[in-house]
Formats: sequence, structure tokens, C-alpha cells
Amino acid sequence: MRIPCPFCGNRDTQEFVYRGDASPTRPDTDEAMHDYVYLRDNVAGPMREHWYHAQGCRNWIVVTRDTRTHEIISAEFPR
Amino acid sequence: MSRLPTGGLIDRTKPLAFSFDGKRYTGFAGDTLASALLANDIRLVARSFKYHRPRGILTAGSEEPNALVTIGRGAHAEPNTRATTLPLFDGLEASSQNRWPSLDHDLLSINGILSPLFVAGFYYKTFMWPAALWEKLYEPLIRRAAGLGALSMEPDPAEYDADHGFCDLLVVGAGPAGLAAALAAGRAGQRVLLVDEDVRPGGRLLAERHEIDGNSALDWVDATIAELASLPNVRILSRTILFGAYDGGTYGAVENGRRLWKIVARRAILATGAIERPLVFAGNDIPGVMTASAVQAYATRWGVAPGKRIAIFTTSDSGLKVAADLAAIGIEPVTVIDARDGMLVTRAIGGKALKAIELSDGRRIAVDTLAMAGGWNPSVGLGCNLGARPNWSEAIGAYLLDSPPGGMIMAGAAAGAFGLGAAIASGIEAAGGGMPVPATSEDPSGSRPLWHVPHSRGKAFVDYQHDVTDKDVALAAREGFTSVEHMKRYTTLGMATDQGKTGQVNGNALLAIATGKTMSEAGTILSRPPYLPVSIGVLAGHHRGEHFKPVRHTSGHAWALENGATFVDTGQWKRAQWFARPGERDWLETVSREVTATRTGVGICDVSTLGKIDVHGPDASTLLDRLYVNIFSTLPVGRARYGLMLREDGFVMDDGTTTRFAEDRFYVTTTTVNAARIMQHIDFARQVLWPELDVQATSVTEQWATYAIAGPRSRALLAKLLPDLDLSNEALPYMGAMEFHWQGVTARIFRLSFSGEMAFELAVPAHHGDRLIRALFEAGRVLGVAPYGTEALGVMRIEKGHPAGNELNGQTTATDLGMGRMLSRKKDFIGRVMAARPALVNPARPTLVGIHPVDPARRLRAGGHLLAKGAAPVAANDQGHVTSVCYSPTLGHWIGLALLANGPARHGERIIVHDPIRDGDTEVEVVNPVFVDPEGVRVRG
Ligand SMILES: [Zn+2]
Repeated sequence: MRIPCPFCGNRDTQEFVYRGDASPTRPDTDEAMHDYVYLRDNVAGPMREHWYHAQGCRNWIVVTRDTRTHEIISAEFPR
Repeated sequence: MSRLPTGGLIDRTKPLAFSFDGKRYTGFAGDTLASALLANDIRLVARSFKYHRPRGILTAGSEEPNALVTIGRGAHAEPNTRATTLPLFDGLEASSQNRWPSLDHDLLSINGILSPLFVAGFYYKTFMWPAALWEKLYEPLIRRAAGLGALSMEPDPAEYDADHGFCDLLVVGAGPAGLAAALAAGRAGQRVLLVDEDVRPGGRLLAERHEIDGNSALDWVDATIAELASLPNVRILSRTILFGAYDGGTYGAVENGRRLWKIVARRAILATGAIERPLVFAGNDIPGVMTASAVQAYATRWGVAPGKRIAIFTTSDSGLKVAADLAAIGIEPVTVIDARDGMLVTRAIGGKALKAIELSDGRRIAVDTLAMAGGWNPSVGLGCNLGARPNWSEAIGAYLLDSPPGGMIMAGAAAGAFGLGAAIASGIEAAGGGMPVPATSEDPSGSRPLWHVPHSRGKAFVDYQHDVTDKDVALAAREGFTSVEHMKRYTTLGMATDQGKTGQVNGNALLAIATGKTMSEAGTILSRPPYLPVSIGVLAGHHRGEHFKPVRHTSGHAWALENGATFVDTGQWKRAQWFARPGERDWLETVSREVTATRTGVGICDVSTLGKIDVHGPDASTLLDRLYVNIFSTLPVGRARYGLMLREDGFVMDDGTTTRFAEDRFYVTTTTVNAARIMQHIDFARQVLWPELDVQATSVTEQWATYAIAGPRSRALLAKLLPDLDLSNEALPYMGAMEFHWQGVTARIFRLSFSGEMAFELAVPAHHGDRLIRALFEAGRVLGVAPYGTEALGVMRIEKGHPAGNELNGQTTATDLGMGRMLSRKKDFIGRVMAARPALVNPARPTLVGIHPVDPARRLRAGGHLLAKGAAPVAANDQGHVTSVCYSPTLGHWIGLALLANGPARHGERIIVHDPIRDGDTEVEVVNPVFVDPEGVRVRG
């Protein structure tokens, strides 16, 4: 698989570290923290994921990937 | 000799000597081992996997299930080499496999008589009881009796390499469709990589007689290759196996068995051709029974008559073409049996060689070769690697890949375009057109599948390599294994190294017949990489032995090496474990001496491997406050503070000291093993969690060489090295730090202590580290300075009760480690909320304590479990475990750190360390984990 890093260009996934679902955001309330830490959807289809270009520019990237086909739909900086 | 007097793409001026099972023979340049064996009338080349039946050469390609041999000897031996694709070379030594004592007299052929034992599912049915004998007796016996070639068990002396290829268009297969596709794309200016498994491009055009544009098809092949070679944007990789298709247009290939290619292609055309099906009738594995396309290839390409009396058994027009080609070069077939006319071969007769065939009308015809033309299976395997499923096409009687993955196009016979003209046209179209389709000679490709010859008595093989017969498939169906996936596993059909290239579709068809399904309903299996066997060596490449992973040396490495260090791997780092001196009996004596030398004088340890991160920016202290449980925004410039980091789930992640060198500049250290992980964590925090913070972070682990100088004489040593620097408690108090210049180089000194003694850490840019370590020992010589390694470091940290890797194990909280008071209540930080969960603050959680044996002569071992005295050793009574132990030379007995339920309340209590597989039970006393200088007087010295 290859990831189009917005800083480095199209690079092999071996250069990246995978983290997981990029959709949950760190909550402001203590009550929401448990769900943020533990609850994840098992997405079949396009999913926003965090990848870290550890052996490249050291940027965290939000990659939208179709989990059924591994098609990379987009890759962008977190903001 | 079966070599024809003329013809073939061999160089008769270049004879090559080779041997098979010790006997010497001669072939020609251009031969494969298989064609040279046939030219020398060698037809028995192997014994089958389970039944040890005599086997010959079935095919002329990489799909070969039978003719597997071992090449070379000793460490150089390559088992399971396909004779059909191995180019002959001078001095080649080949030997047969899976026979004992010899190929001709194989005593293990008794397995054939015992064949009821070896039916489908025999692994599951036989030898079920007693189970204990399975691993020791049954499986080794079966493995010895049934098998393929053996490894030499010696290190592989071959050299392997790796390369990368990038292209607009990858064309797999250099047959007519692939050549045409490559030429069309090459002329259009695309970067083309043409990969072909054969030593010579051309595919079936090398083995069949055709005309293109009125001339021999070989002329067209030569002209096409010449033009491709002249195009700078086209590269041809011959004798290269494309073994797998991966996500994102990535492909794996092996060139010449030695070079691993990782290819990234915008688009790929799979012009991988088709594989001819054998026919299923009794005796279809006797040496001399071959696929028709193989007979045609040996005669046409290699100038070898595979036999003197050849019969052809066909279900398709291609079998008639074989008859015509053979006649054209003077080998008139004895008979052509076309199943479409109602005539069948019901049995092949012979033992180690074919003698005759029996026909459905009762006739018996003496022949030595039978060419089977059972129709063609498009090679769609690579297209299925990513999960695309082939569909049955009634029109051509084969599976086709109608919907290959994005960026991949099927062409030629692989797309069902079997006729020559259609194949070339489909190659050009796949490449985007722009090139006229040449005129070709007639090449009819009609076919009617014949899956099974009825009333055929005797073993009829479906999967030759795994000895799976028609009856095995029927048995699987009767016993309920009615899906192709279950049938595959139950019979092992398609699970040999050839992955069912010749047998899978026949097996699917027999299953469909047995279960009353259509081919479409029966379906087929998906091919997974590798498409052809790939040796582990080529995947490993240069990454073997000491090159398996990178090695990191600190800048003090050479000095440590000169001074007798024994090294230990810490991640990729080599760290000095201890420095043995002459006369020391064992490592324990050495380590104890290093500890005592440090605690009573001065010792030096290379601590450069600790992770170091420079955090810089107006919001640096805000970021650190959120990363650590304790507060850093209040840390004065020129001071260091110990910090503890949690994961968001509330468990401890890492620890280390952080020093503030300026209002907006911090120097963070991490444990050696977590350096990369913490860098990633900090980047996540500042880029994803709080991108509004103005702060940068950079790893400087490899930029600084750092040495710990510890012990009561450490200040005296540094005073000699740095006479102009004020190292008094007033100028540099405990947990103080400053920057200065040493011999013109920026240097940093920290008043930090891991040993509990008065200690300093001295850091210089890494390329000055060797100079500094030598200067330190020069300065300390009169003080009796001793180097110490990671073991002594570990002993001193246990004596001081400092948690390290064994305690920071991902399952402990700050409170578990006795650091609950550090959790700030004045700010938010990562892990704050989850660390407060009731179960994580339960005082019954195992918490850090010290232990020492009640009998001071006993040793302790890490890993033992803790029990209250008198409690039965069952899991319900488990109260924790011993995490770290050492012999303390300072105290004169073994000590340990442990995680014990309600630990801090139990100092003084006697408990049991339960260690049933080593030393049994040891009675220990629970104590304060800080064994040495619990008041912390020495560090402030
Ligand atoms: Zn990047």
C-alpha cells in the first residue's frame, strides 16, 4: 500500500506508523473520556485514520482509506 | 537419443555437460533441464508425494507438479527446483527427490499398496489415538514417507539482492499479448516494465508454429524485442517471476531467483497466458503421459521428440494444432483421439514408462507418449491476489476474471483470448491501442470440457503433486465437504507448491459433478501470493546475520571495546553490560566490584542511549504540563525535574528527567526503549490534540553523548577535568543543570543521579563523545575511577527502588509505583481522567515494595508469585509478583522489587515467593523499596 503524504508525496506504507480511527476527538468533559479511549466503530468502507510518517517528515496525517479495498481516498494534515 | 536432427531454439554448437542422479549426460545451450533429460531418453524423474508412484515430466512450464529435482549439493543444494523452467548450464548436478534408496527402486512405493490409509482426510482420520503419539511418532513417519526435497540445514551461501522498479505500465508475460501491449505502450512513450518468467521472451510463440504478417511468428517476436530494446522508456526483465500483487499498484517479483524486485506501477496488464488442463483417467500420471502443449513445446522449441509413438487425446482444437505441428516437423502422431467425436482414452498402461492406451471402444494401442489436450485455464491467479473473484465462462469453458482490481487489465489468453490474432489484438487494446493488429495465421480455439473419463478403472490423478485422485474428491463430497474451500483442505488438493495450477479446476469440476452443482455454483479458490514458490533467502536479502537489523553504537563504543566491555543489545543499541577484569570468576563478581567502586569512589557509565527530545517554543511548558502528570511550567531555568507520563487510559507510559535551559526551551529525556514511541506521542499531542500550541519537538538522541559520573569522588574527578567550572552545591545543586564550553565545544552538565550517589551527567555533541570519555578516565585515573555497565546500573537502581522497564510494564499506575502523589490536581494531563477510575485507585492493587529473603543466603529470582504465608498456591491467592532482583553488594544479600497487593501497608510482613519451576518457595520480608540511603542524603553531597 502507498500513502500520498501531503508533505513528502507518494510513499510506501512501511515508512508509516498506524494509530487508528481519527474520528474521535479528545473530549472536554471527564464523562466522555471513557468512550474516547475505548469505543471504536468497526468501519467497512471509507474510514478516517491517523498515520504517522515516522520515517519521513514526522507528520501525523489523516488518511481516508476504504477498509474493504485499501483504496486511499485522501491524505491530509490534521488541520 | 530423442533429439531431432534439426530445428529448435537451441545452440547445437554449444554442448553442455550435466548429471542426473550421478549419471553424466549432454544437452545444448537453450535447453531446460527437462528438455535435456527427454533428449537423453530420461522419462522417470521423480516419485510422487504420498504413493511414491513413478513420475515423469508433465508440462513444459512453471506449472510443473512432478519434475521437481534438487540442484547442487551440500549448502548449495536447491531442493524442489522445477526441471521444466531451469535453464541447462554446464556442470549442472541434479538429483531426484522423495525416493529411497533410488528412483528406480523406491521401497516407499509400498505406500501405493497402503493407499486406503492415504485417502482424503487421512490426517484427520488416521492416527487419532493416542494423541500423544502424534507429534513424536505419526507425523515424523508420515513426513518421511511423504514429501518433497530436503533442505541442507546449512547456512545458505547464495548472495541475494533487492531492487525497486517504478513504471507507468507493468506488463506481466512476454507472450504475443504481452509483447504487443509493451510495444504499443512503449511507442506511446509510457515507461514500461515487461516482466517474463522465461529466459527468452515469446511465450507460446516459441513452442507453436504460426505466421504473423506472412512470416514466421518468431520473426515478429525478434523484431518486437529489438524495437522494445531500442526504446529507452522500456525495460525487459527476463527469467523474472512476478509472485504477488499488493495494494496501491505494488508488485513483488524475483529476478533469476536472486534479486527481489518491489515494483510500483500506475497500471498493470496481466498477459500471463493460460495453462493446459490434464485429463482425468486411470494412469494419467505414468511417465510418458504429458500435456499436449508440452509435447508440442519439446518438439518445436527444443528439437526433442518426447517419444517414438505419440498419441493425442484432445477435447479442443489446440490438440489438433499439436498434431499438425508434430507432423510438420516429421513426428506423425500414431493416433488422434478427439473426445468431441465420442472416443475416449479410458486407461493408460505402464509402470515406469507408458506402454499402451486403452480406448472406450476396447482397442489397445501401443504408444510411449500420450499428449493430453484438456482445454486451457487462463492464468488469472495474480489478479485474484487482492480478492477479485473469477467467474465461470460457459463460452470458453474456463474461469475468467471479469472484474480485476483497479489499475489491472487482463489480456491475451489470460483474458480468454486463446487464438493468436485475438491475443495480440487484446494486448494492443489493453495498452490503449494506437498500433495496427498484424495479420496472423488461423488459430482456432474451440473446446468442450471433459472433466472425467467414465468407466476408467485405476488411479486417476487430479492434483499430481499432492497425489489427490478423482476418488478423493468424490469422497470429500460424500463426507460433506461440498464447498471448494473445504474440499481443498480435506483432500489437500491445490495445497502443494504448485498451488493446483494444473489440478484445481479439474478438482472443482469433479466436486461440481459429485454435488450436482454447475461450475458457476461450485466456484473456485482465490490465489494468494506467492504465485510461484519464492525462497526465504531472496526475501531476506542482505538482512541476515549481523545485518538482520541496524546496529547503533554510542560515541563511547570504541573506548568501551578497548576496555574489555561485554555488550548487550538494548533495542538496536549496543550497550556495555560490564567491564570484566582479569581474575574475576564470573559476571556477578565483576558487577559487584563495579557497584562497590562507584558507591565508595567514582564510576562512569555511558548513558547516551537514553531518548532525548528538544522541546522549543512559547507554548513548550504548556505542552509538557499536558504530557506529564506533574507540573513543568513552574520549573526554573537551569533546573531539572523527574517526570512521569501516562497513556490516555491512565497507565504509566514512560519516565525521565526534563531540564529547562531557557524560558521556552526544554530538554526531555526518555527511557532507551521508548525513545521513538515518545517522540511519536509528543508529535501526536502537538499536531493532533493541540495544534493551536506554538511548540516544536525534535529528537536529539543521536546528537548528544552523555556520561554519568557517579560516586562520592565524582566532584573531585570533574574538578580535575573542568578546573574553571564551579561545581559546588551553591552553583550546581542537586537537580541543577548548566551549559558551558569544554575545549571550545558546547557542553551540558546535570546534577542527576540514578545510582543514589552524588552524581553528574556530562553531555557533549556526539562527535566529541569519544574525546570526552577518554578525558574523563584520564582525569579519574588517580581517583581509581571504574567504568560500569548496564548491570551495575541496574543493581544500583534496584538498591534505590527506582522503577525501570520491569516495573514500567504497561500495566502499572503511578500509584502502583509509589508515585501517586505526583499526579497534579491543578491541571489537565493525558491520562488524568482514566487514572482516577475506581479499579485503578483500589489500594488492593499490587503496589511497589522491596523484598529480601529471610535467609540471607538464599537468592531471589524475578517472576515468582507472591502468596500470604500458609496460602495454597492457587491463582485466587495470588498477591502479585517479583519484578526485579539483584545481588546487592552494598547489603551483602539478594534483594528484589515486587508488586504486592496493599504493599505499602505491609512493610515488615513475611510472605512467600512461589516459584515452582525453579527454586520452589522462598520466605521473604516486605520492606521499603529504597534499600540504600532512604533519606536521600548522598545525592545532595
Ligand atoms: Zn511525509
